[in-house]
Amino acid sequence: MRRQLWMASVAIAASVAFAGPLSAKTLVYCSEGSPEGFNPSLYTAGTTFDASSHPIFNRLAEFERGSTTVIPGLAESWSASEDGLEYTFKLRKGVKFHTTKDFAPSRDFNADDVIFSFERQGKKDHPFHKVSGGSYEYFEGMSMSEIIETVEKVDDYTVKFVLSKPEAPFIANLAMDFASIMSAEYADKMMEAGTPEQVDLAPVGTGPFQLQQYQKDAVIRYKANADYWGGKAPIDTLIFAITPDASVRYQKLKAGECHVMPYPNPADIEAMKSDSDVNLLEQEGLNVGYLAFNTEKAPYTDKRVRQALNMAIDKKAIIDAVFQGAGKIAKNPLPPTIWSYNEATKDYGYDPEGAKALLAEAGVSGLKTNIWAMPVQRPYNPNARRMAELIQADWAKVGVEAEIVTFEWGEYLKRSKAGEHDTVLLGWTGDNGDPDNFLYVLLGCDAAVGGTNRARWCHKPFDDLLQKAKQTADPAERTSLYEEAQLIFKEEAPWVTIAHSVVSMPVRNEVVDYRVHPLGGHIFYGVDLK
Amino acid sequence: MAVTTNDASAPEPAPREPEGVTETAPIHPVLEFWHYFSENKGSVAGLFIVLILIALAVFADVVAPHLPSEQYRDHLLQPPAWQEGGSWTFILGTDPVGRDLLSRLIYGTRESLFVGVIVVSISLTVGVSLGLVAGFFPGIIGTAILRLMDMILAFPSLLMALVLVAILGPSLTNAMIAIAIVLQPHFVRLTRAAVMAELSKDYVTASRVNGAGIFRMMYITVLPNCMAPLIVQATLSFSTAILDAAALGFLGMGAQPPTPEWGTMLSEARDFILRAWWVVTFPGLAILISVLAFNLMGDGLRDALDPKLKRS
Amino acid sequence: MLKFILTRIGLLIPTFIGVTIISFSFIRMLPGDPIELMAGERGIEPERHAQLMAQFGFDKPLWEQYLIFMGKLLDGDLGVSIVTKKPIFDEFFTLFPATLELALFAIVFAVVLGLPAGIIAGVKRGSVFDHTVMGISLTGFSMPIFWWGLLLIIFFSGILGWTPVSGRISVLYYFEPVTGFMLIDTLLSDEKGAFRSAISHLILPAIVLGTIPLAVIARQTRSAMLEVLSEDYVRTARAKGLPPFRVVGLHALRNALIPVITVIGLQIGVLLAGAILTETIFAWPGVGKWMVDSIFRRDYPSVQGGLMLVAAVVMLVNLIVDLLYGLINPRIRHAR
Repeated sequence: MRRQLWMASVAIAASVAFAGPLSAKTLVYCSEGSPEGFNPSLYTAGTTFDASSHPIFNRLAEFERGSTTVIPGLAESWSASEDGLEYTFKLRKGVKFHTTKDFAPSRDFNADDVIFSFERQGKKDHPFHKVSGGSYEYFEGMSMSEIIETVEKVDDYTVKFVLSKPEAPFIANLAMDFASIMSAEYADKMMEAGTPEQVDLAPVGTGPFQLQQYQKDAVIRYKANADYWGGKAPIDTLIFAITPDASVRYQKLKAGECHVMPYPNPADIEAMKSDSDVNLLEQEGLNVGYLAFNTEKAPYTDKRVRQALNMAIDKKAIIDAVFQGAGKIAKNPLPPTIWSYNEATKDYGYDPEGAKALLAEAGVSGLKTNIWAMPVQRPYNPNARRMAELIQADWAKVGVEAEIVTFEWGEYLKRSKAGEHDTVLLGWTGDNGDPDNFLYVLLGCDAAVGGTNRARWCHKPFDDLLQKAKQTADPAERTSLYEEAQLIFKEEAPWVTIAHSVVSMPVRNEVVDYRVHPLGGHIFYGVDLK
Repeated sequence: MAVTTNDASAPEPAPREPEGVTETAPIHPVLEFWHYFSENKGSVAGLFIVLILIALAVFADVVAPHLPSEQYRDHLLQPPAWQEGGSWTFILGTDPVGRDLLSRLIYGTRESLFVGVIVVSISLTVGVSLGLVAGFFPGIIGTAILRLMDMILAFPSLLMALVLVAILGPSLTNAMIAIAIVLQPHFVRLTRAAVMAELSKDYVTASRVNGAGIFRMMYITVLPNCMAPLIVQATLSFSTAILDAAALGFLGMGAQPPTPEWGTMLSEARDFILRAWWVVTFPGLAILISVLAFNLMGDGLRDALDPKLKRS
Repeated sequence: MLKFILTRIGLLIPTFIGVTIISFSFIRMLPGDPIELMAGERGIEPERHAQLMAQFGFDKPLWEQYLIFMGKLLDGDLGVSIVTKKPIFDEFFTLFPATLELALFAIVFAVVLGLPAGIIAGVKRGSVFDHTVMGISLTGFSMPIFWWGLLLIIFFSGILGWTPVSGRISVLYYFEPVTGFMLIDTLLSDEKGAFRSAISHLILPAIVLGTIPLAVIARQTRSAMLEVLSEDYVRTARAKGLPPFRVVGLHALRNALIPVITVIGLQIGVLLAGAILTETIFAWPGVGKWMVDSIFRRDYPSVQGGLMLVAAVVMLVNLIVDLLYGLINPRIRHAR
């Protein structure tokens, strides 16, 4: 009965929604929040990249839609020198920047724009470096200012990057959002007009869509760039309807008020699967959610305790209750979509009795500890509090009494970085699809000092393997090094690897060729509507 | 938001001696009070519900069928007993991790009543003391206190409480402190107004002439005669406290899970709004019923204690 | 009269300075580190951290930060948001019309229903209607509105599908905002159906936000009516045999309305500021939601500026109400 009522209501809702104005091929995307701004190099949030770097800008290299393969973008081709210290890029010709009400480009895209885009971020004395706050967190975060020595213009359509050390993932880094190419001519013009910050507020790019209107917390509107070098997008208008609440997004999707939505509520997945108007696309996310033991604090200095608490957790129950099935049990710190993922790793099974025995062997009884639970929702952990409650109950069964602790997000990150926790729930989403981006950043000895290694775990044999892999160019050799590292990791158990999310993208049936991006972005160039 | 609206329904700060007592001497004041209080059937109902809530809170261990944090993992999101798929083991159904909703609601009574008691105690004590001081020393001190209260009242109470909790860190204790802070200006103003009115009366002057100390004057001579509006305001503040604590919990800034606080339960249940109506409906209903009960009681108290409105 | 107005305004100035001190010092006490927050899981180098702290001025002594802050405030500069890097004033005033529109609609809803209900209940004291109105209004007054909002969404948007779930207008309509008030802007634009869409988006949030004021207004109107009806001149009018309608309409109502208008005025201030929960539930792009988001994002400057601006708006509205009340009721003016 309820179900019928429900279906009827959907029909009405749909008819109401479609009573709106009909426009030639308008795709509506119910996005999850307002972007921080429109210059992707200034910010770090995926929400911002979805609204800026993907529709408005291009990069020298791009990730192929729906994969982590790097393909030519604004650079038609590139070559590296023998020693891996020089990269030369041949730029694409005839690429036009957007024409906006404040700016009409007088020339095509060329080497000056590339140099401007990188020097603005890397050179502290660049006239634009300090504009709009002047913090380029991703550029710094990927150590680009250390890696890039100089960017040189060879001729109008050739650019040479000189590096300070060989860095295998460099090209992949250039495909990342922060490396978006902006117009040097526009920047000069705005600087002359005394309004340099306009460059970031009213973006001008080469991308497939051009920003038309933005209303904070409400809507972003783009029109297709008719002169796009890759050909005009099949849709004419792209609209982001900003809708922070996941269940509301689903309602809008059902009602036909939007065509694509990100981050569905795990609770709604079942309903989506049975909804005939909606097509649920699924892909394993490039992420891992984990619980890290503070290996500097007793009793977590003892690997038997860490192993025992691994065994005490019923991961299956967590996947069911927290991910509502939209997750996979993680056995490695790497997600399965990354190369060098070790299939041979054997996970600790759920074994409370074994855990008790192991704890007794380690001489631990009546352990009182804490579990830190993140206050925010993340793909790798949609509900940390609920996860913590489950772990708390599991550990209680082996005689470990855990208190759940939470702080506001900034505080949480800071305090866990300082190592105040006993055990902490956190996770990671990959940036460029390289294993180094997970293992070294999260488990290396440098990171144990810097703090992103929340287990504060510095294990020489493990770290040596990572260092060696960093220096090695041969992918096969790197693979075997990383595979070995994963086995050591499992034996030492600095984490409980909990889950990799399964990214679900509900799209309406009329959407043609939407591809889930493994790196987490939402990209609408190439998508069509029936 | 609800806090400030209480202003409007709060009794007018014009306390008088209960004239009814002097006019009809034979009736004992308590009986007289009950007479007027029970005239309002709603108030009696409110009192009755409040007594039930207190009983539930006290005997939660006995009454609740399950422990509030016990997770029955084979019964995730089970609907209430009368619906298909429900069972009488979990009368109101279970939540996303398989905890019994009814038991959590019953234990939640403790949290809410606790919040009410603590918040009202703090804001009453602090507010009345400040109000007495402001009333007795209307000069610089009084003005300063009043200005400070004006400043606090200039901020919307929920926003103020939200920022305070953000500063102190989200927890039920800090939520209570924050709510007490935003509620006490009402007590200050009320007490001050009452004191000002009382001070001009003969019995106070007499007491003063007899050389009563300032504290004696404040707490023993004057305060008892200002009690009526304070009691009414305290009752209404009780409901505001429950409501605001729930609102903070709903915004994730109040009690932290797995505490079975109603607002927090609601906020945890939001994801399931379309799929499991019971996890959203019942905690809200519990909040509404308790708040309503205290407001009903407050209305009755006003009728019984405030002779001015009584006559009209 | 002028003296009265000036005194009232004069009283506000110390309060406002107090408000700036409170907003300023509150935010400095917040425990979170905004720079860490921006860095997220990735973390940040200590040198970079120090550099950013200096850039946002968080490294100076408190009193110095306050003086700088007040100096800038006098220039009309509240600083920039850490998250969006845009001026706080701009952020606030792009969102404020949305809140104002919602609050005004809520108050209209509350007055249109609450006033007549209260009048009739007062006149027909003790009747079934009176009891019903009082029962409903006490329930409304006790309502946890965040829950009420969810219930209405489930029912009207979920089950009936009559109203949209959130937002201010269907995103398909495209026009440049002129006033920031959606209802006016849609009428000015040539998009057909946009006005209807805006109205349908406004209904539920306005009902939710207007619920408590509705209850307050109904109760207040009723008791004001009761009071006035028992006064001598009304009794006299009745005794003279004037028809009840005239008694109520002309004599009683006019006098009963004076306190009620004050209540309504004060409610506007409360609503403007208190739309926090409603805006959060309906994803209404207004000031309340922005404040909550800013608190959660540790956007120091936004919370600080927003807190102050919200308080200023409340104080301003209360001042206007106060002045109006003085105008209507000269007794107040002279008494003070």
